[in-house]
Amino acid sequence: MNANKVKNLILDHIIEILLIVLVVIMSFVSSNFLTVNNIMNILRNQALKGVIAFGMTMVIISGQIDLSIGSQVALAGVIVARFCRDLPTATGCSVTAACLLGILISIVVAVLMGGLHSFLEHKFHMPAFIITLATLNVMYGLSGMICEGFPIANAFPNWFLQIGIGKVGVVPVPAIILLAVFLIAHFVMRYTTTGRSIYAIGGNPESARLSGINVFKTKFIVFASVQVMCVLAAFMHSAQVASGSYSFGKGWEVDVISSVVIGGTSMAGGIGKPWGTLMGILFMGVVVNAMTILDVDIYAQYVVRGAIMIFAVLMASMQSKAKA
Amino acid sequence: MSVLRTERISKQYPGCLALDQVTVSFESGKVNALLGKNGSGKSTLVKCFSGAIRPTSGSFYLDDEKLDFNSTSDANARGFATVYQEMSLVPSLTVAENIFLGRMPKKGGVIDWKKANEEASRLLNKMGVNINPREVVSRLSMWQCQVVEITKAMSFNPKVLMLDEPTSSLATNEVECLFNVIRELKKQDIIILYISHKLHEVPQITDTITVLRDGQFIGKVNTSDVTNADIISMMFGETQIRRRPDTLKAQDEIVMDVQGLCRKGKFQDVSFQLHRGEVLGIAGMLGAGRTELLKSLFGADPYDAGSITVNSTQAPHRASPIKMKKLGLGLTPENRKEEGLILIHSIRDNLCYASMDKTSNGWLEIHKKRVAAADKQVGELQIKIPDIEAPVSSLSGGNQQKVVVGNWLNTEPQIMLYDEPSRGIDVNAKQQIFEIMWAQAQQGVSTIFVSSELEELLEVCHRILIMKEGKLIGEVRPEDVNINQLYALCMGDEVNERK
Repeated sequence: MNANKVKNLILDHIIEILLIVLVVIMSFVSSNFLTVNNIMNILRNQALKGVIAFGMTMVIISGQIDLSIGSQVALAGVIVARFCRDLPTATGCSVTAACLLGILISIVVAVLMGGLHSFLEHKFHMPAFIITLATLNVMYGLSGMICEGFPIANAFPNWFLQIGIGKVGVVPVPAIILLAVFLIAHFVMRYTTTGRSIYAIGGNPESARLSGINVFKTKFIVFASVQVMCVLAAFMHSAQVASGSYSFGKGWEVDVISSVVIGGTSMAGGIGKPWGTLMGILFMGVVVNAMTILDVDIYAQYVVRGAIMIFAVLMASMQSKAKA
Repeated sequence: MSVLRTERISKQYPGCLALDQVTVSFESGKVNALLGKNGSGKSTLVKCFSGAIRPTSGSFYLDDEKLDFNSTSDANARGFATVYQEMSLVPSLTVAENIFLGRMPKKGGVIDWKKANEEASRLLNKMGVNINPREVVSRLSMWQCQVVEITKAMSFNPKVLMLDEPTSSLATNEVECLFNVIRELKKQDIIILYISHKLHEVPQITDTITVLRDGQFIGKVNTSDVTNADIISMMFGETQIRRRPDTLKAQDEIVMDVQGLCRKGKFQDVSFQLHRGEVLGIAGMLGAGRTELLKSLFGADPYDAGSITVNSTQAPHRASPIKMKKLGLGLTPENRKEEGLILIHSIRDNLCYASMDKTSNGWLEIHKKRVAAADKQVGELQIKIPDIEAPVSSLSGGNQQKVVVGNWLNTEPQIMLYDEPSRGIDVNAKQQIFEIMWAQAQQGVSTIFVSSELEELLEVCHRILIMKEGKLIGEVRPEDVNINQLYALCMGDEVNERK
């Protein structure tokens, strides 16, 4: 009984334990690891995909998936870049005004994409997997059309760049954004009726519907949220490299979904926590950072990251077995 | 000729004697009906024959050879084949592939399609039907699927063929087609057991009738010697019906008025009124359209025509559970695990889903209110729980059902719709559910109660509507009929016997 409790406790917090173990080992192995500079590095590197991962956590808990996130990152980036470059010369408005308009429009586009995803999934019973795989292509193509096949560089106003490269004290702005998005996601999932509805429709959509929960509205909220978080990530990314391009965000869905799954969110829906995702993001960040410090071959790094994902899913299925 | 014979066969489940020293025999070349109400032990007996369970004591013999099955494959090997009411065919495969699933004839390591189709054709012809073995099963009609199931069973050359509710998913005109096939089978030297709820089919197709009640053998008769009334009294015996409290009176005020409600293929022209504090039962056989009616009333399914008025507010035609909940309706669905609960979530969560707007300020949940709402139902409904944070899947069926009820009572409904609330729960829990209905009725809540257990309806309701093939065909008061009469009414015959 007691041994069982300990076992469950360990299984429930396996990712936290592994993270601490990894940090302790690395701080002995390398004196460069446990420094403020390196920790801020890890946070800044993980912030972009991390922000999206919280949206993805909500999507996966609701029993859905969004594979189109990478292309939304590209699309939002090129929309803002194109506005900044071309609108002032065309209309004579300031770059700041053009940039703000671009930001507004990219957010509207993201909400519309989320609306399209939820509409097709809910009204026509199409699998979200297929819908978002299709819009992954659509938005990639649109991004290429908007930037006309070439990166749009050096078009942003200075203040916009701060989103990606700015610092508050020693803390990079992206790390602050990451933390803020985590807190919002945590709050929504834990304390609001929207969060409760997300868990409900992922746990059993028919029971949720028959309990008078608005299933379509809830799906719309999660699909739109993840797309808006992509826009946020796109701003940080574009600001860091001072350009917008159709090639941004390509393949991000793999890392984002990895972090969510490593954080203990069930692909079957109904179970998961933003806290777990935060741990998943940090864990992957530390692993990649450690491998870089230890000078592990870049291709070997991919092997390790894939292996960790399999390990995480294995732990999850052991967890559910232990509780059954 | 061969004979299947049981000798004092019993099956003890924890807390329930499902079969009590049953001795009976069935002969080949005849269709032997096995009848009894729910829980009479007929499916337990069939499970013994099909190898799904082993009897606790007693034994059964095929042509004086004692049999003891450890598994269903054991039973298959000894010539016992069962066709279940749920279809087990693979819809995307052809008829021949389904018949020879897992044992397709082969030539040189690859499938011999010519032989498979010829062999399937031969078997189907023997059934007296003309079905193309190359046809994909999903394109067949329901009765053809049922025939393919039987053909598959017959391809093992069984000595005993058990048909479990073979007509339950068939339309009326399809039943006759299936009966022709069964009559064809009778010419072969096999023992056919026919299990059905549909009493009116029994004289058409069976030769003998065996009745079980409460696990006991009541009698075996020749079909031609008895009337339906005889069979019904064998099935139900002298049942003691408990009565609802006398103080429980429906009020005059009408809270729900349903006029001419239609849903194509499900129910037609349903009209009735529900009074404040009334418990209104809907009786009928499986497939009579009762569940579909409740779902449409609740806005969970659409309807084509007619109107629903709740407290003199007409419900919008394209309603939803969200809108009907606002009008004061609640529904405990027939299938609590798939439609009523979120099994992986906690008992507290499951008690608060429907009442989310009452346990929050609109968007922010109020933990205190959630705790209070959940604890209230756990106390009032006497739900036995290990821990309110435990997943609802850890509860027994009866307690799970109470959670479904509690989820809705937390919305403070005015009209509760219960769809088979007593299915799969023990006698005590059943009685508690009824007491909940009465307690709610005292407080002015109106109830619509759908059940296949006629005794329950007679015990619980003020008034019972009778539904058959999607139509309301009558209305009775429990004090005016006994259970045999009610059963006959549900079958749709002897309506003039009504008082």
